[in-house]
Amino acid sequence: MENTTISTRLQEQFGARIQRFDSHRGGDVVAYIAANDLIDVATFLRDDEEMAFTFLENLCGVDYLGRTPRFEVVYHLLSMKNRNRVCLKVGLDAVTPVVPTLTGMWQTANYQEREAYDMFGIIFTGHPSLDRILMPDDWVGFPQRKDTPLGYEEVAFTFNEDQINAHKPFAKE
Amino acid sequence: MTTIDHSLSVPSPRSITEPALAGKTQNMVLNMGPHHPSTHGVLRLVVELDGETVVNVAPDMGFLHTGIEKNMEYKTYQQALVMTDRTDYLAPLSNNLSYVLAVESLLQCDIPERAQTARVLLVELQRISSHLVWLGTHALDLAAMSVFLYGFREREQILDIFEMVSGARMMTSYFRVGGLAYDLPEGFFPAVKAFVDVMPARIDEYEALLTNNLIWQERTMGVGAIDSAAALQYGMTGPGLRATGVAWDIRKAMPYSGYENYTFAIPTATNGDIYDRYLVRMAEMRESVKIVAQAATRLKDMGDGPWQTADRKIAPPPKIEITQSMESLIHHFKLWTEGFKPPRGDAMVAIESPRGELATYIVSDGSPKPYRVHMRAPSFINLQALPHMAKGQLMADLVALIASLDPVLGEVDR
Repeated sequence: MENTTISTRLQEQFGARIQRFDSHRGGDVVAYIAANDLIDVATFLRDDEEMAFTFLENLCGVDYLGRTPRFEVVYHLLSMKNRNRVCLKVGLDAVTPVVPTLTGMWQTANYQEREAYDMFGIIFTGHPSLDRILMPDDWVGFPQRKDTPLGYEEVAFTFNEDQINAHKPFAKE
Repeated sequence: MTTIDHSLSVPSPRSITEPALAGKTQNMVLNMGPHHPSTHGVLRLVVELDGETVVNVAPDMGFLHTGIEKNMEYKTYQQALVMTDRTDYLAPLSNNLSYVLAVESLLQCDIPERAQTARVLLVELQRISSHLVWLGTHALDLAAMSVFLYGFREREQILDIFEMVSGARMMTSYFRVGGLAYDLPEGFFPAVKAFVDVMPARIDEYEALLTNNLIWQERTMGVGAIDSAAALQYGMTGPGLRATGVAWDIRKAMPYSGYENYTFAIPTATNGDIYDRYLVRMAEMRESVKIVAQAATRLKDMGDGPWQTADRKIAPPPKIEITQSMESLIHHFKLWTEGFKPPRGDAMVAIESPRGELATYIVSDGSPKPYRVHMRAPSFINLQALPHMAKGQLMADLVALIASLDPVLGEVDR
């Protein structure tokens, strides 16, 4: 199926609920949607026989610090029948980055949403267990946000060990 | 006997440990790993057991998390390439290819056919070497020692070829944005030919050790089966998905680097159990040998030629040009001090790595450093299917199951 057909069908079905269309540099269609339209659009793309985007390929967060909306969740759906993919982008504001979970439609969203939560602090409502996945459970902050510095671990020697430990999170306990 | 919940949802470690700590279950909760020889790296499994039967299992990962995606945002596009080697450390060239193709998709630049063919050749060698590690460790987990030694003998031959082309056995970084790092070296074709000549017979040798081996069959047939619908739900790709009967291979479905020009089959099986995954990977190695042979012939027929793009804004000029042309000197200087600047936008490119669909999503903000890089790591996503496959199996089969999924923890944790 042509990429233009995808955008036309989406436009017909959802009208103004698709905020705007864009494309990847490779040519794949990108549709910007609001968080509360996500389930509807994803269900349509999955269940429509012509589109048949039955496979959730990728899900990740992006932090556009300084822009509104600040966060973006990027979904890539794959159609094994038509051998093409479509990208959905959901913009989320900085204070309440909340988006409904896709685990009800694809189990594969589970780990990927946990990763997006772990790295960006994006909340996926309805997720069965939105725990940290790659960072330790007691980690403070969200490491892949742009306002988190790359950071490094100071090398502790006997002469500065106490000084370094004094500003570690466990020092307050 | 505890009834086992066969719903598709993926458990988290907390969902097993919390009821156990609250005393809500009579089952034993066992910690397996992160330092366990058969978890193939630092993978921790929280296993809920009723006797020897696995009631539930939740993978806990992150012990090898090194912030590769974050680190890449602080490096130029060409520097970030070396980080990709370190994700899936058993298939660095596949990672290189996925990343390089994504950046090239951002740049929309043309790659000489010679470079593309060399990429295909090396990536297929990489697939064989990765599958050999899988085969060796898988067999070792099920107490078949010799396959491991045999497999590593042939892997050594492949690593020698990698060392020949890039100078490094493992962390090759040989593919660069715009082509290859250097031209193929002298002695490359004889080495590839020696490998292609010997490999089919060696695969026969491994198969003679395992395929009809009763102990192997008892341990793997009908164990850890998954059907295609569940596999797709979990986002499984690669040999694991193909063993359930879905002939999905990015090389055929969405060809890249000229895969459409090669003749090869997509091996599939029907039962989706450990034995079928074994059969699929063995058949894949045979197909890869065929692709390597075809690519070597094509490369030879092409003769010498450019191995990187002629666009001097992306690939550095040859040294000899720098001594003769001011413009070349400027290009050289700009590339190595600043790097190239892809236009604003994003790109998503998927390749078929030895473990499944490896996709790279890159966002460019027009600066010489990537704004965001995300890798869809097949090991990470395939691991979600483990609880579903392990439920109701024996503890000893869990070991075989992990091996059959072939996770690489460097890629899981990134």
